Amino acid sequence: MSISSADVDKIAKLAKLDLSEDEREKFSSQLSDIVSYMEKLNRLDTKDVEPLAHVNDLMNVSREDKSRPSMEKEDVFKNSPQNDNEFFLVPKVLKT
Amino acid sequence: MENYEQFLEKVEDALTLADKKKDLNIFLSLEEEKIRSSAKKIADEMKTGNAGILAGKTVAIKDAIITKGTITTSGSQILKDFVPPYDATVVERLISNGALLFGKTNMDEFAMGSSNENSSFGPVKNPVNPEYVPGGSSGGSASAVAAGIVDMALGSDTGGSIRLPAAFCGVVGMKPTYGRVSRYGLIAFASSLDQIGPIAGNVSDAALLLKAIAGHDESDSTSSTAEVPDYPNLLESDVKGLKIGLPKEYYGEGCDKEILDRVNDLIESLRSKGAELIEVSLPHTEYSIATYYIIATAEASSNLERYDGMRYGFRGEGSELSEVYSSSRSKGFGEEVKRRIMLGTYVLSAGYYDAYYKKAQQARRLIRDDFLTAFKEVDLILAPTSPTTAFKFGDKMDDPLAMYLVDVYTTSLNLAGLPGISVPVGNSSEGLPIGVQLIGKPFEETELLQAAARVEELVSS
Repeated sequence: MSISSADVDKIAKLAKLDLSEDEREKFSSQLSDIVSYMEKLNRLDTKDVEPLAHVNDLMNVSREDKSRPSMEKEDVFKNSPQNDNEFFLVPKVLKT
Repeated sequence: MENYEQFLEKVEDALTLADKKKDLNIFLSLEEEKIRSSAKKIADEMKTGNAGILAGKTVAIKDAIITKGTITTSGSQILKDFVPPYDATVVERLISNGALLFGKTNMDEFAMGSSNENSSFGPVKNPVNPEYVPGGSSGGSASAVAAGIVDMALGSDTGGSIRLPAAFCGVVGMKPTYGRVSRYGLIAFASSLDQIGPIAGNVSDAALLLKAIAGHDESDSTSSTAEVPDYPNLLESDVKGLKIGLPKEYYGEGCDKEILDRVNDLIESLRSKGAELIEVSLPHTEYSIATYYIIATAEASSNLERYDGMRYGFRGEGSELSEVYSSSRSKGFGEEVKRRIMLGTYVLSAGYYDAYYKKAQQARRLIRDDFLTAFKEVDLILAPTSPTTAFKFGDKMDDPLAMYLVDVYTTSLNLAGLPGISVPVGNSSEGLPIGVQLIGKPFEETELLQAAARVEELVSS
């Protein structure tokens, strides 16, 4: 399977990455190699094999629904790039 | 001299040694004053006899594990100023057991790498020979132990990231069963594969560290409620009658002859002590790397969506939201992380999901079933940890696929959720360490550590 520059652009857009011209070229050839290697899985007969998402047979682990202290607001905002001590400030979402 | 005085002296010596070995680039942060004041507190507890099981031990922490008030980067520019507001569960447990936290260790960015060359802060150099890589991604943790700076270290292992650097640096490294140790506060790479584990200079210290960190945690719903055995006091055992499986797929071409020679020497010693060596087959081994890199990158692309420059981490420029997302991620992530996000996004994208992701999950079951079948016949499995010894910087950086293949003997365990431990078995003619890997049944870390202790004795005798 070969991954074209157009494919790379599409994936980059989905992944919210801006790639440089260099990266686009490099990724196109490297991802093609890696994906071709992965295609060896096609040799496997998996007709009646149930997919395994998780090794432990856990289902819906729940805990008691009781209130407990949460983090201090000050701690929550300490790492934020921009805030007004009440909210995280982000760039405009809606176009005017 | 009293033991607490010896401890304080050891801490000073360790700080001096860390400074002397600065060129190895092991630590991303080392807060000397904080270490000294914690050491004094622990020494006081030792004096009054109130000390925990790790009192007197120094423990370095991989920078993928968050520490309250101490910068934690996961080796990435995108988190270069991130100060966690709470401790990971394993860190809380270290502190409550009396361990002295000794620095945050360098690593491949977001634990993605096998050589440590993907760190945003420059690679760690192998303390055995600084021209060589220490292995990855927990290269800083393995090196901190190998250089003699700390007694033990915590690493994390998604596809071999504890065992590989342990083998390359000549120390003991263990990936516990998936669920044995809480992942709460471990910066996520691939959540169904990630597991925190101990790295130490010997098996007994690894057992002690595992005991301190293992056990159920309400904050990690995938952590097991299985009881934690007293590992360090259960290390006695007899190899006589022990059934050890040798998977033929791990001993074929592609493995350095010197590594096979060392492992075969060990096999002969085990046989002479009465162990029963049995050839087994893990027929889907050749599919493990392809399976692993589909599942790991798919999970990573989803986990790393959180780095968008909004609530924490680096924020890039841009006049509207989506532009800021893209510029934050493009400037914040390094090349390998971008490559894996791209790969994961691709295998999960519309039209490809069944062909790649679902197929890989099916292969994952076949790989796990191989092990479970083999374990009907044998108590544990023994194989090389890696097909090569440490390589030189730059050797595999131009070819990501060649780098991925370094993990050929380690990734299957993560896919199957099994525990594995790498133990040093001598050096190559170039003086580079060689590791052997023991693989155990789920939650049978005790048996695994016992066997590892016997291997350690046989190698040193």
